[in-house]
Amino acid sequence: MSEPVPLTTDGPGQVASATPPARGRSPRLGDRGLAVAFISPALLLLLAMSVFPLLWALYLSFTDYSATRGGPANFVGFGNYTAILTSAQVHTRALTTLIYVVGAVSLQTVLGFTIAYLISRRTHGRGLLTTLFMVPMMLSPVVVGLFWRFMLDAQFGVVNSMLGSIGLEQVEWLTRQRTALVSLIVVDTWQWTPFIMLIALAGLTAVPRYLYEAASIDRASEWFRFRTITLPLVWPLLLIAVLFRAIEAFRLFDLVYILTNGGPGVSTETLSFHVYKVAFLGFNTGTASAYGILMVLVVVVLTQLYLRYLNKLKEG
Amino acid sequence: MAVSVDEAVSAAPARDHTPPARRFGGRGRPALEVVLLTVLAVVMLFPVLWMIETSIKDNRDVYAIPAKFFDFNVTLDHFKDVFVAPDGGRSALSVSFLNSVVVAGVSTVLATVLGVPAAWAYSRFTLKAKKDQLFFILSTRFMPPVVVVIPIFLMYRQVGLIDSKLGLILIYAAFNVPFTIWMMKGFVDEVPAEYEDAAMLDGYTRLQAFWKFTLPLLVPGIAATAVFALIFSWNEFVFAIFLTSSDEVRTAPPAIAGLIGGTTVDWGLVAAASVVFALPVLVFAYLVRKHLVAGVTLGAVRR
Repeated sequence: MSEPVPLTTDGPGQVASATPPARGRSPRLGDRGLAVAFISPALLLLLAMSVFPLLWALYLSFTDYSATRGGPANFVGFGNYTAILTSAQVHTRALTTLIYVVGAVSLQTVLGFTIAYLISRRTHGRGLLTTLFMVPMMLSPVVVGLFWRFMLDAQFGVVNSMLGSIGLEQVEWLTRQRTALVSLIVVDTWQWTPFIMLIALAGLTAVPRYLYEAASIDRASEWFRFRTITLPLVWPLLLIAVLFRAIEAFRLFDLVYILTNGGPGVSTETLSFHVYKVAFLGFNTGTASAYGILMVLVVVVLTQLYLRYLNKLKEG
Repeated sequence: MAVSVDEAVSAAPARDHTPPARRFGGRGRPALEVVLLTVLAVVMLFPVLWMIETSIKDNRDVYAIPAKFFDFNVTLDHFKDVFVAPDGGRSALSVSFLNSVVVAGVSTVLATVLGVPAAWAYSRFTLKAKKDQLFFILSTRFMPPVVVVIPIFLMYRQVGLIDSKLGLILIYAAFNVPFTIWMMKGFVDEVPAEYEDAAMLDGYTRLQAFWKFTLPLLVPGIAATAVFALIFSWNEFVFAIFLTSSDEVRTAPPAIAGLIGGTTVDWGLVAAASVVFALPVLVFAYLVRKHLVAGVTLGAVRR
């Protein structure tokens, strides 16, 4: 791709260069150096700000280091890891995280795909509709979290107010163990349904129309067309979106922090939030690092899966 | 090529001529779909409208039970409170907005300056394990921020970057570089390499060919990429809250979140601050709506 092609001298470059300068050094020789010079600054920044910190965390995870106590770090082997993997506290958080990730991502997928499908069937105003539906996704989690906290307030929240006006019972959205996690899922769904919708819509508009035309000549039912044409063609792209959301939901922290602060009790404490508590409230830096490394492992597995599908999609 | 909202519109007149579905539903079905879509749109947009409404409501009406939807007293006091402190000086919030502009702006410039040349190099040259390198770059972006912030916190404490704008700028640049590289590689791939080859036959060096012929063609792509990087930095919260503490350095997200710390919460002020904070994002997002699919998937999905 980078080889100079001798026969393509008719590119626009030719036209633009009225007075060609003298031939420079051998382009072949320069290429390697140029690639290194252009790529290494970016890679160096990533090494300094991503790789090195992770390696440091890896080292700390084998010690009993505490950020506040200071003093030398003592080597404790896999002690931190066994403590975390056998901790009932961590198991509870893992279950909460699982419920949250599965609940939120599946709701978003169903809703997002439905909206995309409905929009793709419209003939007018698709651009406007898409733009309007995009709004929640572009907002900061801080704004989203704060605002829903206000709307879900048990006393003067607008949600309870509306429930009251149609004669339904008031719900303590954020202050009851069970409803708090549901609220978290609802808010995350509100914010990220547009994401799935956007990607599903990209998939839906890319389905070649002649397939539908052929199907309608065959007098295929609408459901049949959906099942045999739409779904198989959109599914690969949708899967990418779902995996992406799953990774994001797994590492989510800010929404929990703002909306419920992990409470009531520990009912909305996800793994991310628990790591924060161990690291910044308990100051068990060593344990928190081991905890973090384990989370990174999960993310790496999910990311590999995501990249593999992405690769398949690009080649297919 | 990225699927854009505009394209979705132009490809619109889709199934006007399909025979009406015979099996189920009849003439009522399109109407039902419109109703369903409208309901969903109202549900999705209501919180945003409610936020805007709260920001211009009189304090008494903000806490009214039952909630007042239409007949409330309009006031701009909350917006004044966002920018002006009670004693007449500049409010802490307005300082934090300024900090956000500086941090997001500088980190975006840094990420663009580092990312664009790298993207070009990855697009043009055959490199060892190129695909692996690119996948590695993207995967650094997926690391849980709460985990990364622990060693970063210790690192910054060592070198004195805690509670400094430079510290935030560096970490934001680092998380925007993978995005910039992936997003820009897509744009560079769309510019034929033959342009550069032709220029080089005319005696330009590879670098001059990049600078004079490819880079000008990339400007729209660079602008779109930078806008997304700007939005990501602007909205970022986790690093901001753990790495900064003083009012002079804090960016807007932790400052706005700090408004609910006390015993009583001034929700009108929270709403006004949120509106001021979110408005530029929505404007910018609207400007780059053609590239939304690529942007929100960190440059990974484009067709």
